[in-house]
This record gives sequence, structure tokens and C-alpha cells, in this order.
Amino acid sequence: MTFINYAAREINCKIVYYGPGLCGKTTNLQYIYDRTNPAAKGKLISLATETDRTLFFDFLPLDLGTVRGFKTRFHLYTVPGQVFYDASRKLILKGVDGVVFVADSQEARMDANVESLQNLEKNLHEHGFDLATIPYVLQLNKRDLPTAVAADEMYRQLNFKGEPTFEATAPTGVGVFDTLKAVAKQVLMELRKK
Amino acid sequence: MTDFVLFDEEFQQIKEVIGRLKADAQAKVVFIVDKNGQQIAAQGDLESLDTTSLASLTAGNVAATDGLAKLIGEKEFPVLFHEGEKDNVYISIVGQRVILVIIFDERASLGLVRLRVRKATQDLERIFDAIQRKVEEEKERRHEGVDSPFAEITDEDIDSLFRE
Repeated sequence: MTFINYAAREINCKIVYYGPGLCGKTTNLQYIYDRTNPAAKGKLISLATETDRTLFFDFLPLDLGTVRGFKTRFHLYTVPGQVFYDASRKLILKGVDGVVFVADSQEARMDANVESLQNLEKNLHEHGFDLATIPYVLQLNKRDLPTAVAADEMYRQLNFKGEPTFEATAPTGVGVFDTLKAVAKQVLMELRKK
Repeated sequence: MTDFVLFDEEFQQIKEVIGRLKADAQAKVVFIVDKNGQQIAAQGDLESLDTTSLASLTAGNVAATDGLAKLIGEKEFPVLFHEGEKDNVYISIVGQRVILVIIFDERASLGLVRLRVRKATQDLERIFDAIQRKVEEEKERRHEGVDSPFAEITDEDIDSLFRE
């Protein structure tokens, strides 16, 4: 649900990074935070456990610049990936404008990817959204690992509707901004229809 | 899903209501956040406050508490109160849509804040109802062929956002 503020001439959008536990959602946000000009970003907030696992969400506000006289502000959120945090995951999808699914390329995590994708579809439905129509990007993360499944195979198993798909290595930033750009673009395109 | 739209006229009205509430309740800061974590308006000593983070965490807090309420069979917990050593935070839901947050210290009492919030809530509900009506009217006009200001966003506009 985009928040259009005519008084402040701002468009505010919410993007959620989804995916199984330890797939690199927080690492994506961390990289974006590290590489963004201080004037264009707010604080990166992480509600994490003592062992640095996401407990509720990470949050990063980002100013992308001006479109048609409106400042575009994106609020990036991650969800906790671990299966048992489903109640929290559901809450974070409230009012989402665009979703990035971060898949873990390791062979041993393919089932977890599929399970998380099904969970995303179900949780979106509960908020009245449809994965088939919402702005959506797939990221194949951890491409640098030796156990990474071939990208074609991952695409076949995880691509839902021909959405833009990027190979990534989040700690070094490969594919991170391409992913963000692709989802932000779709969200702004959606505005045209409204 | 309908987007949340804020027009200048109602923005000024909201600021007036929360400005008055801040004075009447002797609060330090009053602000309004939508349930998705977007800040709508704020009044008070905002210099030292990261209001964007505050808005997002408040919405997370309310969302989590809402989830708790549903688990035990309640519709919602309309009021949350956090008591600190110096400062306190009073959070109340307005018309099931937006969140009103009041930060206050020992100059004010919980009773006073609660009392003033009740009055302000009625005013705010009226304003948010008006916004809702306006958004519906806008939508009608769109159906009649009046374009959204964003209809003309081009690929070029969007690409330029990401140019280094």
C-alpha cells in the first residue's frame, strides 16, 4: 500500500525481503546500507537475537530521489526466515508494495526455498495480495558457494511467473542493487496504473 | 488495495490537532503513524529523535500486539503504554487505521494524557474519514478519465533514480 503524501510531496513504498533462514536477506540490507550515501539513508534497525538471527525484522529507509516532483522513499524490511517465526513474518507483509524472494543456492537448501516460497504465497493471500500480480523479484543468492545448484535448475524450480531473476553474492554486493532496482521499478510502474 | 493518500488540507488539520494535544497533555512529542509504519505527521521536539525508525518500530510493536490480541481472542489492544525512568510512551489506535503516539515525561500524568487523547482521537477520526472520502472521490474521477499525477512516469524517470 503506497503512501502518497501530497503535503510533503513524497511517495513512500514498502519492500519486503523474504526467504528461508540464513539465505542472506539481512546481508542484502546491510550491503545496501553500507553502499548508500549517508544523506539518502536512515538507520538500519535490526531486531535480532543474541546470535544475530533476525527475530522480528530489519528495517532500512532509503531515499531514491525525485520522480515527477515527488521524493521517492523506500522502506526495506526483511522477515525472520526461520520456519517457527511465521506469525511475525505474516505481520511484516502488511501493506507491502513489492517483494524480493532471496533463495539460497546451496543444494541442501532447495527444499527450504520451496517451502518458504509456498509460505510467502500463502501469507500474501492472507493480506489480500496475490504473488501473481504483486511487484516481485527473485534473487538466487550465494552463487559463490561450491555447492550452488545450477542457476537454470533453480530458475526452473523457483521462478513463479517469469519475474526478473538475479544471481547474487550478497556479502560482496553482486546482484544486490540490480535486485533492488528491479523491484523498485515495478513498484513505481504500478503507481502509473493507479 | 487502496493506497493511503495525504492531502495538504488534511495534513494541516492533523498537525493542528496533534499540536493542540501536545500542549494540552504537556507532552514532549506527539506523532501519527500509519499501521504500515509510515510517519504521517509529528509535533514537538523532534530534533533529537529518529522519527522514521520510531514510526517503523511503533508499527511493528502495534502489529505484534495485535497478533497477540487475536491469539487470545481479543479484537485488538487499543492502548499500549511503556513506562520508562524519565520518559513514557503512550500508544493508541485511532479508528483502527492509524496510530497515535505520545511521548511524555514527569510534567504530565498518564491520566491527563489519556483524557486529552480521547478528545483528540475524535477529531482525528473525523479527519481520516474525510481523507477516506476524498480518496474514494479521486478514484471515481479516475474512472471518468482524469489521470493520476503518476500516470506519466516514464521508464526514463525511473532509470534516472538509479544512475550513479
